Amino acid sequence: MTTTTTGTTNGTTTARGSVGTAHTRVEGRDKVTGAARYAGEIPFAGLAHGWLALSTVTRGRVRSVETAPVLGMPGVLTVLHHENAPRLDSDYVGLLGVPPDPSAALFQHDRVPHRGWPVALVVAETSEQAREAAEALVVHYEQEPHDVAFSAGRPDAYPVDGHMPAVAEKGDLESALATSTVVVDAEYTTPEEHHNPMEPHAATAHWDGGRLEVVDSNQGTTWVAGDLAKLFSLDPASVRVRSEHVGGGFGSKGIRAHQVAAVMAATVLQRPVRVVMTRRQMFSLAGYRSPTTQRVRLGADAQGRLRALEHRCLNITSTVREFVEPGAAPARVMYDADAHHTANRVVRLDVPTPTWMRAPGEAPGSFALEAALDELAEKCGIDPIELRARNEPERGPVSGLPFSSRNLLTCFREGARRFGWADRDPRPGLRRDGRWLLGTGTAAASFPAGAGPSTAGLTAEPDGTFTVRIAASDIGTGARTALTLVAADALGVAPDRVRVRIGDSDFGPAMIAGGSMGTRSWSWAVTIAADELRERLALGADIPPAGITVRSDTTEAIGALAKKERHSFGAQFAEVAVDVTTGEVRVRRMLGIFAAGRVVNPLTARSQFLGGMIWGISMALHEEAVRDPASGGHVGADLAGYHVATHADVPLIEADWIDDPDPDDPVGIKGIGEIGIVGAAAAIANAVWHATGVRHRSLPIRPDRVLSAGTGAAHA
Amino acid sequence: MREFGYQRASDVAGAVALLGADPDARFLAGGTNLVDLMKTGVERPARLVDVRELPLDRVESTPDGGLRIGATVTNSDLAAHPEVRRRYPALAQAVLAGASGQLRNMATLGGNLLQRTRCGYFTDVTGPCNKRRPGSGCPALQGEHHNHAVLGASDHCVAVHPSDMGVALTAFDAVVSYETTDGPGQVPLTEFYLPVGDTPHRETALPAGALITGVTLPPAPVATRSRYRKVRERASYAFAIGSLAAALDVRDGVVHEARLALGAVASRPWRARAAERVLTGSPADAGTFAAAADAELAAARPLPHNGYKVTLMRNLVVAVLTELAEEAAR
Repeated sequence: MTTTTTGTTNGTTTARGSVGTAHTRVEGRDKVTGAARYAGEIPFAGLAHGWLALSTVTRGRVRSVETAPVLGMPGVLTVLHHENAPRLDSDYVGLLGVPPDPSAALFQHDRVPHRGWPVALVVAETSEQAREAAEALVVHYEQEPHDVAFSAGRPDAYPVDGHMPAVAEKGDLESALATSTVVVDAEYTTPEEHHNPMEPHAATAHWDGGRLEVVDSNQGTTWVAGDLAKLFSLDPASVRVRSEHVGGGFGSKGIRAHQVAAVMAATVLQRPVRVVMTRRQMFSLAGYRSPTTQRVRLGADAQGRLRALEHRCLNITSTVREFVEPGAAPARVMYDADAHHTANRVVRLDVPTPTWMRAPGEAPGSFALEAALDELAEKCGIDPIELRARNEPERGPVSGLPFSSRNLLTCFREGARRFGWADRDPRPGLRRDGRWLLGTGTAAASFPAGAGPSTAGLTAEPDGTFTVRIAASDIGTGARTALTLVAADALGVAPDRVRVRIGDSDFGPAMIAGGSMGTRSWSWAVTIAADELRERLALGADIPPAGITVRSDTTEAIGALAKKERHSFGAQFAEVAVDVTTGEVRVRRMLGIFAAGRVVNPLTARSQFLGGMIWGISMALHEEAVRDPASGGHVGADLAGYHVATHADVPLIEADWIDDPDPDDPVGIKGIGEIGIVGAAAAIANAVWHATGVRHRSLPIRPDRVLSAGTGAAHA
Repeated sequence: MREFGYQRASDVAGAVALLGADPDARFLAGGTNLVDLMKTGVERPARLVDVRELPLDRVESTPDGGLRIGATVTNSDLAAHPEVRRRYPALAQAVLAGASGQLRNMATLGGNLLQRTRCGYFTDVTGPCNKRRPGSGCPALQGEHHNHAVLGASDHCVAVHPSDMGVALTAFDAVVSYETTDGPGQVPLTEFYLPVGDTPHRETALPAGALITGVTLPPAPVATRSRYRKVRERASYAFAIGSLAAALDVRDGVVHEARLALGAVASRPWRARAAERVLTGSPADAGTFAAAADAELAAARPLPHNGYKVTLMRNLVVAVLTELAEEAAR
């Protein structure tokens, strides 16, 4: 028996001991013993393998695809391309309110909008045969001149809204700047960055009794299922997508070319087909974070109070889709000023379409804004933390809305205490340890706390256990474990009586693992269902063999939430060592203190914060995808060429959090997926200045840049 | 991936015979570079002859006080060998500065010398590269080259040799031994790598079909005071952007003997003989060290984005020689 509840929670969901205490992952043993199967390694009888062939020109048209020689190669079953592929309908808006990535509209036309665009799929009996044939496939192109040159001065840049207004302006910026005692005017750049989850994108599609089944690695099974149904004009109920274990997503694992390719081939061949991306293919097919150039102008009075704030962010997008990396977003939350101007703009180039990548907007935006704040603190002669305290806004600087909770200064106070900030000599270039110059830096962090509508099913089983069914995704965060704890507390039982099943679109619509919203959104649905189920069980009804199932839907409850500025906040601290004779920069220690609502599982939460902070080290010092202007493609598109931090780059690193209750919020969870990276690169860059006296405004802070910049001129 | 044949050799003569004159066959040792290149299509051998089981896995002292290192000695074993650590510490340091523990357990001495450049244009088969496809052009000249050569390069190729081990071996006058179907041969490591010129695809002086059997290090008392410093873009698991193997014998404040080799600046480990000439017989001070570096780097021809390497190498030479001189004075 099943009922559906849509009510708001009744306020009785106080913690019963599971939430807030450390629990190892429920599937941890499976993962470390190899029992957990990932999408690319689940066996299927009669499986065929597809391999994507990507364009080797950056702009133009496919003139012809020489399929005949390849069809004669061993094991080759078919070659799909724009002349013979099934037709798709890509003219729709998906679960997240955006159309599918253009590369998911596979083989629908002969246009090549960027290098690495999928132009054909070769399907063969084995993966090796498919790859060999795909790499032997000759494609003739009509090549056109391309443009991949990104710079701040592009005259063809224009503002784009994205999920927030492109431009927000109040006050007279120029006059506020002109009358400010202290002005900072600086340009910052961040490079093209890639998610590079450990597990590459992989999907297997097959038809089973009139239903399309896809085993995939993604951040939302109902998201991908819904998009596949729309693309292939199928009844949504006839598409099932499963994604049991996911080896990282970070924004890159939505609807992508590999799932569409697998479905096309499975449909044409009427047998299971698997398509896996290589690491190299991921650089052009999995999305990425756009490079940015950002200009920040700050004007302040002698006491450091902001009178003018301008943050303009420019990013690249493809010629086939507008994607905004809203780097100006943090300024709209963090600091107020009489004149407050922010703008996000794009320029269209012959490049793949960027996408969300961990802390979209906030990650690059916080680098520029928080580095500029540090420059302002230096110019004003005020401690950087004190400067932020003097500019703590009462309400949202742009929205005018109250904050649901804002514990930024508590984070700074606690962080400063633990980091030893009080002993810091603010003057740069003074500390030395052998060949290393030492410095410390800090920066603020914020990320929106949102929720997306979700449904959940909760079953009381006759044996006294409970089963949660929700189309959540555990992309390595520990979501499965977190939901187990949330359900246990909501039901008032021990966690070992709760079984959580996730990663299956048949469980009904749910928020994706993204936007730091997964755990908050799913917990809400699970909690509502648990409240309802407990009431049912309290009536003392016998549990039938099929169990008693209730379903919940949070759409209404989320819609009823009062409009407020809802964010997580944090304070990042870093100590670095810089050898200006070799350009080497090493982070010696990092501390992040966060105010991020209720923490469900301290063990995995800490890992998530640390993961973000470590990514911040990468962002500050290592990560950079290099595009060759002549070819229009990447150089060194693999993990040897694209550097992320290694263990040796990760020193003493500590993440912790403070109480951040929000009595107004029915779940109290704010989400911790992204905030760990926010501000981390700025804290490191600010520490590099403190060590050397040189401001590095372009990431990554590579040895050649440090070496060329040397140390700052003599300072007072 | 192209299908390939696989054979395992049990002795050196058999290995050489198995490979024969087949230009489509390759020796496989640790496979830490070759297998990657086969995956990306840079190498497409029809046949592999596995030499990992050959009895070339020993490090032995030579009667004159040098060392003979077998071609299949793994990087891990080489770096851990007590005589290597005692007599040629910079060699052990260089090996440990390379790759990761897992890779060092697989990688071998012979393979290390024959590894290919990590130039991003070389490893991308969809674009031109004179080393990979002779005559197709060198996109690095106008493109991404911030980690490319400043010494000994040409208009045809500016790639650097990625080895750390080879830099130390070059400083210590290593001689490479090989076997062919016509019998054994030897070539000094300083002549092992061919000048780039207009034939960047021809990388070594090894005769076709030759199998490296080992390396001999002549006795070098100066090497007991030696050091390897590697600069890279992260703390571990990255190729050098500049490295230095240096040995210094200082007597009464004067440089009696010096050995210097630079890494990540040329298509081969770069023996710095001009610098050594300046050092020998000069006072062991910062002025001499800087003059030595300048003498070597006078030949540098940096590209628009790798000029920092000249500064980096100059700084490295001065810093490492200063450290060695200070230690000698203690």
